[in-house]
Amino acid sequence: MSTRPRRALAGTAVAGLLALGLTACGGAEDQGPVDTASALEEGGEITVWAWEPTLEAVVADFEAKYPNVTVNLENVGTGNDQYTALQNAISAGDGVPDVAQIEYYAVPQFAISESLADLGPLGASDLEGTFSTGPWDSVHSGEGLYGLPMDSGPMALFYNQEVFDRLGVAVPTTWDEYLAAARAIHAADPNAYIANDIGDAGFATSMIWQAGGRPYQVDGTDVGVDFTDEGTKAFTAMWQQLIDEELLAPVGSWSDEWYQGLGSGTIASLTIGAWMPANLESGVPQGSGAWRVAEMPQWEAGAHATSENGGSSLAVPAASANSALAYAFTEYATTGEGAQTRVDGGAFPATTEQLESADFRGKEFEYFGGQKVNEILADSAANVVEGWQYLPFQVYANSVFNDTVGQAYVSGTTLDEGLAAWQEQCITYGSDQGFTMG
Amino acid sequence: MTAIAETPAPPEASALPRRRRRGRRWTGWLFVGPFIAVFALVFLAPIAYSVYLSVFRTQMVGGTKFVGLENYSRALQDAQFWDGLGRVSLFLVVQVPIMLGIALLVALAIDSGRLWGRSFFRVAVFMPYAVPAVVATLMWGFMYGTRFGLVANLNDAFGIDLPDPLSPGLVLASIGNIVTWEFVGYNMLIFYAALRVVPHSLYEAAAIDGAGEWRVITAIKLPAIRGALVVALIFSIIGSYQLFNEPTILQSLAPNAITTAFTPNLYAYSLSFSGQQYNYSATVAIIMGLVTMVVAYAVQLRGMRKEQ
Repeated sequence: MSTRPRRALAGTAVAGLLALGLTACGGAEDQGPVDTASALEEGGEITVWAWEPTLEAVVADFEAKYPNVTVNLENVGTGNDQYTALQNAISAGDGVPDVAQIEYYAVPQFAISESLADLGPLGASDLEGTFSTGPWDSVHSGEGLYGLPMDSGPMALFYNQEVFDRLGVAVPTTWDEYLAAARAIHAADPNAYIANDIGDAGFATSMIWQAGGRPYQVDGTDVGVDFTDEGTKAFTAMWQQLIDEELLAPVGSWSDEWYQGLGSGTIASLTIGAWMPANLESGVPQGSGAWRVAEMPQWEAGAHATSENGGSSLAVPAASANSALAYAFTEYATTGEGAQTRVDGGAFPATTEQLESADFRGKEFEYFGGQKVNEILADSAANVVEGWQYLPFQVYANSVFNDTVGQAYVSGTTLDEGLAAWQEQCITYGSDQGFTMG
Repeated sequence: MTAIAETPAPPEASALPRRRRRGRRWTGWLFVGPFIAVFALVFLAPIAYSVYLSVFRTQMVGGTKFVGLENYSRALQDAQFWDGLGRVSLFLVVQVPIMLGIALLVALAIDSGRLWGRSFFRVAVFMPYAVPAVVATLMWGFMYGTRFGLVANLNDAFGIDLPDPLSPGLVLASIGNIVTWEFVGYNMLIFYAALRVVPHSLYEAAAIDGAGEWRVITAIKLPAIRGALVVALIFSIIGSYQLFNEPTILQSLAPNAITTAFTPNLYAYSLSFSGQQYNYSATVAIIMGLVTMVVAYAVQLRGMRKEQ
């Protein structure tokens, strides 16, 4: 506890803000049994930082159901951008949201720095069994429970059927076929690429995950990093060819160019998490009817191995002034009615009730030409390869991914060399932070 | 944090009248008190706090402990820090002369009185300075785009293959271009203002002596605005060492070319906000402040010595 005000001031001073944060940081909140029903009755105002599009409908329903509550839903950026903003706010002790969307890979880092409230005492420990095992494990760190799973991201191949048809290319089922398809697409139309990539930490780690690599070994504060195992090699050997032959659109995900490319068909597919349908519908409306979903390409023909890509929880920052109400919203948005609203909006749930329901699996998506997309995605959720771990400082690690591995996309270094440099930098950082690095 | 550091101590103290000292010692403090209080709070305290931070280390595992000058010795051996410092130094020796040279040429042209539409040019050249740096960088970032931007359009229109301005080899030059565009007008205005106060009698005397325009520039105008040149140079040195906005914004367009340690300021920012290494970040900031102060002071000393 004693480190928090100091850190708050650190951020202020370093950022060059002149006003001294002498009153920084909300400080200790009373821990005790929390009555969410009375918090909802009493009402109040909470701020939610999230980029997940279906939350808008959830907020509207929630406000209609509890008229005394006002929820300010703010999108302050996707992924790392939001974590930076959140870290800044926590450091400054000012402007911290009451609820924040945090991807699973980032939960341990915020948890270990005591930036998040333990939701167990607020009622979350009663929710055991509500969520599927993978996401439920992901929101635990040490003894605490630091978020409620909002969605999950088992990977699948999202592809633009019209582009594959127009260019006469078959949809790949293995990574060998994927490589061949990448060559065929770019040869048939020099403006078209099978995918975009300029170096994305989340994507690379998910690919290694599926290939059976286990670069991170975490046991408490003992942390191992090793990017030389066979799974990693399988991924780099294949992906390096795509880079060398310039078969990947040099466009960053979530950029304006990316949305344009997805809409115009110059980016023909995405290997990405199951939360993508809602993003495609809202971000690429002109692709409606053209896109389809298939199982993630396999390393061995006939296998069914997948991995998780992203997926987020909703967490309550420790500095939230109204954690009871914040938790009430979090529970509403991630379970029961809220989860159903989000599923109806195209989100991919982490709740077993929704995942197993016939309605969910049988839903036909107009955007995907009437395809029952959830069957493929729910199967993918069941086929996730077990045993993957993220670093307890994965946010930092991902922030230097482009410094190291990203160089393979713009210079003569290879992915393997880039991963070696990334590994070294993560080990240095981990040692500096007091972890025992092996 | 370093911007104000080169402010020289005001010399007025010695000029104060020395009468009536007895019994009234606190009157002076009453007058400077408000200033001292604000100065201490907003200026000295943050610096002191940064120094305080820089002698500790906070770990995710193990908490905070006093480490003395360990952070400093680490920074002095940190290849990423030196790379960044080298990069902004290169930027300084290439971009600043170009920018100040153009600004000086424009100022002399406008001041020469032979330019038609003088006030239009003055405003037009100054205009980019009024555009916020963030907007300017975004605008240039779009123009630099090789897929949808101006570069792409040029490539399409002429069937050529221009190099990518955001590739690792060219990105520093591209940033230099943006900074030059932004600040030529500002520096031009400093020079132009200095030129306007040169007494006209000097020009008349030069004309009587048969001096040509070039001779007037080298013998009268340039010596007369030496002070302004030194000031503009010092501002530019500080600006170069503090390079942050442009690379930060372009980073989202070229994440592989602009690393998290591209400039020392960006490095300090990344350390603190991605890595939560506030102590080390404060150390890097302090060292950069000192480097900037030393270089700016050396330039000032040299610039002023020649004047006398």
